[in-house]
Amino acid sequence: MDIKIQQLSKSYGTQKAVDDISFEVKPGEILGFLGPNGAGKTTTMKMITSYLELDQGDILIGGKSVKGGDLKKYIGYLPEHNPLYLDMPVLDYLAFCAALQGMEKSEIPNRIRQMVRQCGLDLEKHKFIRELSKGYRQRVGLAQAMIHDPEVLILDEPTTGLDPNQIVEIRELIKSLGKEKTVILSTHILPEVEATCDRILIINKGKIVADGTSDLLRKKAQGQQILQLRIEDGETNAIFQRLQDLASVNSVDILNPAENRFEVQSVLNESSNRAIFELCVKNNWVLSEAIPLETKLEDIFRDLTMN
Amino acid sequence: MSPVGVIAKREVASYFDSLIAYIIIVAFLGFTGFFTWLYGSDIFMRKQADLAAFFGVARWTLFFFIPAITMRQLAEEKKTGTIELLLTKAISERQIILGKFLSCLIMVGLALLFTLPYYITLTQLGNVDHGAIISGYFGLLLMSAAYISIGLFASSITNNQIVAFLVALFISIFFQLLFDIMSSGASGFMAELFTTLSLSRHYDSIVRGVLDSKDIIYFVSLTLFWLMLAELNIRTRN
Repeated sequence: MDIKIQQLSKSYGTQKAVDDISFEVKPGEILGFLGPNGAGKTTTMKMITSYLELDQGDILIGGKSVKGGDLKKYIGYLPEHNPLYLDMPVLDYLAFCAALQGMEKSEIPNRIRQMVRQCGLDLEKHKFIRELSKGYRQRVGLAQAMIHDPEVLILDEPTTGLDPNQIVEIRELIKSLGKEKTVILSTHILPEVEATCDRILIINKGKIVADGTSDLLRKKAQGQQILQLRIEDGETNAIFQRLQDLASVNSVDILNPAENRFEVQSVLNESSNRAIFELCVKNNWVLSEAIPLETKLEDIFRDLTMN
Repeated sequence: MSPVGVIAKREVASYFDSLIAYIIIVAFLGFTGFFTWLYGSDIFMRKQADLAAFFGVARWTLFFFIPAITMRQLAEEKKTGTIELLLTKAISERQIILGKFLSCLIMVGLALLFTLPYYITLTQLGNVDHGAIISGYFGLLLMSAAYISIGLFASSITNNQIVAFLVALFISIFFQLLFDIMSSGASGFMAELFTTLSLSRHYDSIVRGVLDSKDIIYFVSLTLFWLMLAELNIRTRN
């Protein structure tokens, strides 16, 4: 089932939490929802799961509006702070969730066994939820979201509180699920979206500021090539001068005069690799380092959300 | 199982897991037993084989105990955020409220079930008016349903259990006592109105063994009224 969000708006009092956003997610796609605190990520997710009502616009899941049809059984939802009934044992809790989602009684035990294995809860399954550590609680939260094998998964910060090994496991789990299902996950952790998501949506102050794959976003944010160079056997100022004279070079910075380190920014859409190499050969300089600087997703994020 | 049943089952299980169920049942039996058999105008003083003493004390015991049962129902869900989990499952607000209502009614029903030995003992003591006793229990259940719905409403307006408990008591005391008092102080239409609203009047007439449709309609509509308000309360969330 695909999710279509059309001109969606939501205000809390006078404050606009979500301001006229539209996007689509297709089955087999994992959409990473990024944004600073209070950007409207959670609000949007709550509206998709029909916990909050929409002010304006519409959300279509599989072609049906969340306002009318009862779509909740097609959605698996992991809320932000992962609320759980702490006074229930893990297995009872999963059975409770499965029954609430309208699963057949005969299917429930098998499905629970499967989820317990998939989420790595085997050793903890007989414990009360209050006895579990944060990471295991998070796994229970994921298990309850997926228990009825929903076509749409909405995960609000699914990996908070997990240790690095668990994070990798959960990411793999989400990735494998994402092959057939429609997944939206929100996070603050930027490497996470790069590792898990097919597409990234950055939202700030209720508006979409970027939408695309991480590569696409990188290109968009940084058209200019940046090289970090170290050139030996030459005099700093002379090298600096010659570098600046190159046609393809936009600007040069001296990073460390003692070691002859420079940062060279090329003109938009041009590469200075060859020109620099030839310059060094001509002057008998030794080009000992040339590191292309990639724009990090962090920088893109900061660029787009700080203003 | 229907979603209402699933909710009710979980709630009842949770009452027993957290010992609340045992405490409520033991305390209820202790209070009512003491005043029915041992103290004050108990059965032996009255020299009548009826349970009027029990129905008198059970009315007040339940008045205090029911808010204690209902206070956590929605308030705690709101505080811990689990209400979000419930509401995003394939279940409606009405089903949630009904499930919780049912679980509380089952708890009260269980407590009342344990007073059956009173009745059995009574049949050994003299000629018992079985009809009056059955209608007395029926009246207790109707009254409990009304107070449970008030308690659920009180629990739906706050995320603090103590507030829910006090609000439930505050609303209930009007039906339990104050409307009755107000009706004797007022005259004309107001007196009529307060008499109609007073829960104790309707309760007393059922306990006397008179099953009037007027009283039953009163209890049912009172219950539905507060349940609808509770549903409305969890439906509006922003």
